[in-house]
Amino acid sequence: MSAVMDAIVITKRQLLQLTRVPEVLLFSTIQPIMFVLLFRYVFGGSIDTGQPGGYVQLLMPGIFVQTVAFTLAGTAVGLAADMQKGLIDRFRSLPISRSAVVFGRTLGDGALNIVVLTAMGITGFIVGWRPSSGFFNIVLGFIFLLVFGFAMSWVGVIIGLSVREERVAQNATFIAVFPLTFLSNAFAPTTGMPKPLQYVAEWNPVSTMVAGCRELFGLTNEFGATAGSFPSENPLLMSLIYMVIIMAIFIPLSVRKYNKASK
Amino acid sequence: MKAIIAEDLYKSYNKGSVKALDGLNLDVEEGTVLGVLGPNGAGKTTTVRVLATLLTPDSGRATVAGIDVVKNPDEVRKIIGLSGQYAAVDETLTGWDNLIMFGRLYHLSTKQAKVRAIELLEQFSLTDSAKRPIRTYSGGMRRRLDLAASLIIKPKVLFLDEPTTGLDPRGRQDMWGVINELVKGGVTLLLTTQYLEEADQLADEIAVIDHGKVIARGTSDSLKKQVGGERLEIVVENQYIAAAKQIVAKISGSAINVDEGLRQISAPVTTGSKALIEAAKLLDEQGIHPLDIGLKRPSLDDVFLSLTGHLAEEKTEEDLATSGKKRSR
Repeated sequence: MSAVMDAIVITKRQLLQLTRVPEVLLFSTIQPIMFVLLFRYVFGGSIDTGQPGGYVQLLMPGIFVQTVAFTLAGTAVGLAADMQKGLIDRFRSLPISRSAVVFGRTLGDGALNIVVLTAMGITGFIVGWRPSSGFFNIVLGFIFLLVFGFAMSWVGVIIGLSVREERVAQNATFIAVFPLTFLSNAFAPTTGMPKPLQYVAEWNPVSTMVAGCRELFGLTNEFGATAGSFPSENPLLMSLIYMVIIMAIFIPLSVRKYNKASK
Repeated sequence: MKAIIAEDLYKSYNKGSVKALDGLNLDVEEGTVLGVLGPNGAGKTTTVRVLATLLTPDSGRATVAGIDVVKNPDEVRKIIGLSGQYAAVDETLTGWDNLIMFGRLYHLSTKQAKVRAIELLEQFSLTDSAKRPIRTYSGGMRRRLDLAASLIIKPKVLFLDEPTTGLDPRGRQDMWGVINELVKGGVTLLLTTQYLEEADQLADEIAVIDHGKVIARGTSDSLKKQVGGERLEIVVENQYIAAAKQIVAKISGSAINVDEGLRQISAPVTTGSKALIEAAKLLDEQGIHPLDIGLKRPSLDDVFLSLTGHLAEEKTEEDLATSGKKRSR
């Protein structure tokens, strides 16, 4: 019980930071909104989707997934900064649960996604996004996105505690996540890619997430590559499997890393 | 009763090529202050990190208040306070936010945490800055808040790793005052420092460490005696140098050193202040008014140099010269 309380204190600290430095929240919301607008109006006209409602219907799930995938970066940068400043040392000298700090951090970063996704959803709606699957499925879609963000956050824990420096964390995570989100069906059909890349894109968790969300938001996923393969036939199941795998590997690894962390 | 015991601690990095701790032994009596003195890289921080449960030693044993730091780190964490070289508080939050957060992490209720925060802010003269983010604090204020955060549960044993490194003289003086007050309250304190003056000011006993082990241990006085006794030093105007020398010869009788340039006569004495009074009396009888007169004891700088110099004797003279240079930084 006290482990949960400890984690909540850490999460609260992070939310308190947002009120003390509101710019963080502001910019982490503006960036995805900017992406929505840019893609909607720059590519929207030239990509013919054949989908009723146009490109923005396919785009929104893509940008949602890209944004929550980048949760990893926020976690890594935050922990690297704490490490660099010696805060992790202090936390580790306290009589708190061994997983509290990393759980608190990932929960906090996960919670931040609620705000960001809401802002993006509203922006999307304004520029024409109309999910057609009904309230229940839409909510389920957002829950899916939040859980994926939470899972990615755990990958960020390892990166942040390993690089130990804020700026390195920033660059390292960008290099890791950016290709992942573009080597996917998030923004354009994968059929235009060279064959080997098509396979990578097809099995990429970002693609399965995007395809899954498109399904939940009432679309057929037209940006998938080869029909008939397991991930493109079962994107939701595949995404779930990925999330379980990521968490099963990275949660214990992160807790271990934290307890051995030394400046 | 020993509050801290460290026995034969070894810790190496990079597959044994860097020995941070090389058979370190020390102990601290309950309610006393041990100053761990050494140059950069001597193993001070590693020692603190092991004792504060942040680092597991390769071998050896350590206890804090009788509790084994490797076997029972959670219990140790309940009774220690740690304030590190870097002010480890959340800079984006206010002083108040930080103290509440750490109070809650020490499992105080929200109400208890608030009461304790108010007390600590008062004690460390930070009440007025409580609602400002830490990043707007001066270096000294930051350190005080960091120290306050380590005192939330009134720890039995407190570790301060270089508490004044990087502070200006005023900040250092303030910090010394704060630490002295704490010590009066009966906490057992292990403090690391590179400043000889600081160890002299704050510690009951000093352990000098170098290359990961303790090379000398004792009170400031006993360490100084180890290096050599007191010297009587008199500075007079030029025309009195000869007369003053005769007086010093009467009192000391041996190895008188005259520095014409400084107009200083000095000699080792064994009778302490008695020799000083005697010299003053004799000078006065002859109508000589010294510009300066005093008993000089060797500084801890001398202690450190002579101790590490001794260690280096096994090496070549060249090594000795370079290691001497490094140490005197």
